[in-house]
Amino acid sequence: MNYTSDEMMSVAAARALRDGMSCFVGIGLPSTAANLARRTHAPDLTLIYESGCLGAKPTRLPLSIGDGELAETADAVVSVPEVFNYWLQPGRIDVGFLGAAQLDKFGNSNPTVIGADYADPKVRLPGAGGAPEIAASCREVFVVLRQSSRAFVDKVDFVTSFGHGSGKGDRERLGLRGAGPTLVVTDLGLMRPDPETSELTLTELHPGVELAQVYAATGWKLKVAENLSATPEPTETELRILRELKKASE
Amino acid sequence: MAKVLPLADGIAELVHDGDVVALEGFTHLIPVAAGHEIIRQGRKDLTLVRMTPDIVYDQMIGAGCARKLIFSWGGNPGVGSLHRFRDAVQHSWPVPLEIEEHSHAGMANRYVAGASGLPFAVLRGYTGTDLAKQTDTIKPITCPFTGEQLTAVPALNPDVTIVHAQRADRAGNVQLWGIAGVQKEAVLAAKCSLVTVEEIVDELEPKPGAVILPNWAVTAVAEVPFGAKPSYAAGYYERDNDAYQAWDAIGKDREEFGKWLAGIVGVKA
Repeated sequence: MNYTSDEMMSVAAARALRDGMSCFVGIGLPSTAANLARRTHAPDLTLIYESGCLGAKPTRLPLSIGDGELAETADAVVSVPEVFNYWLQPGRIDVGFLGAAQLDKFGNSNPTVIGADYADPKVRLPGAGGAPEIAASCREVFVVLRQSSRAFVDKVDFVTSFGHGSGKGDRERLGLRGAGPTLVVTDLGLMRPDPETSELTLTELHPGVELAQVYAATGWKLKVAENLSATPEPTETELRILRELKKASE
Repeated sequence: MAKVLPLADGIAELVHDGDVVALEGFTHLIPVAAGHEIIRQGRKDLTLVRMTPDIVYDQMIGAGCARKLIFSWGGNPGVGSLHRFRDAVQHSWPVPLEIEEHSHAGMANRYVAGASGLPFAVLRGYTGTDLAKQTDTIKPITCPFTGEQLTAVPALNPDVTIVHAQRADRAGNVQLWGIAGVQKEAVLAAKCSLVTVEEIVDELEPKPGAVILPNWAVTAVAEVPFGAKPSYAAGYYERDNDAYQAWDAIGKDREEFGKWLAGIVGVKA
């Protein structure tokens, strides 16, 4: 079976979503994976978009968070204050599914600025959007992001979404109620926070990927779980549905 | 009572140099034509407010209309960064741009407080983030009942809020439907408001889930067909995704942007 590393990433991310969950979906890679999950093993996955679309069932991948398709297929369309205050904030949503520009070894993420000086950034990025509160309030957070040493850094330049801070116990100390990032899916493998330290640790390697590749694409000295396993290859059905979805969205 | 007037008169009357101006519309119903009219009339030193500054704010920033931006996500949805915004923040071009940066939840709550006549809003937000360190309008607050640590953000009360809607009747009652974003809150929070509409009709036919802004809550209404393009208006036209993609190349280059701007202002480049 021929497939790209991006397809492997979308399939692996989709598999992480369980049927019946509610999922607050970011645009781009998370939205692709969530819609694939809904079409494969998780038909009762509830997709929530920050534009206020609850239970959206798009037939093609939206380009923006507020495409008409999301509203037309939603169970309900609510205002933006309502989606954040009534639905996200009380902790009703199972999983926040996010991308990032920069992610560090404790799962803190930064879509805001590159460079140490916020007032005089090297690169100004779009900013937070809904991410800080999604990362704080969902029961858990999955991040999906292509792996490179530029994106996976020892410490983010700016903490926009709080992951595990500087290690185990930081979330509890700050009173954050959700579990934070429990899974990071990349085009090379899967990472999960170490149960003792909360440091992101490689737990699964995608087929055909060498460990050396993962080390080279990670900006910190990546730890590997003792029981490192191999991600099962995408099935024919998963690939067919993913490709149909992509094609319908062109 | 809202008065019905042409867009150019509405901008001339309600938007002044130095004002705090909010244009809202969450991907859907973005008041783009009104933004272009602000550029055409050469407004300056504006404090622009918007949850999701996208290409119309990139255009206003590039045209030098803004001194400050209050926002939570400044990007080209589905495409990438805003290059005029980036140029202004990184190189002060064409003029320096001060920023006041929030999250969506924070901005939404600031409008809710403004619409509610309260000085601030309370939320569970920003905990552990660097945004709280950089932005003065994010402060911790203790719940007087439980002692819990929460976050306070001040009300937003723009001098003028501009939104786009599907339609209004001749008395100036406004009706909008589909993704309604934060427009109702932004209009009710503002000192005055201008609503551009796809069409003015004799009677507003009820629509499921529609937001109604009664004419006594709106200052002025202007009929501007296709006034949200290249965003969309549910029931009227779809989002022009190609235009968003095409903006990337125009916005990236000061010269290309200059040509675009000359076209909008109506002078030859």
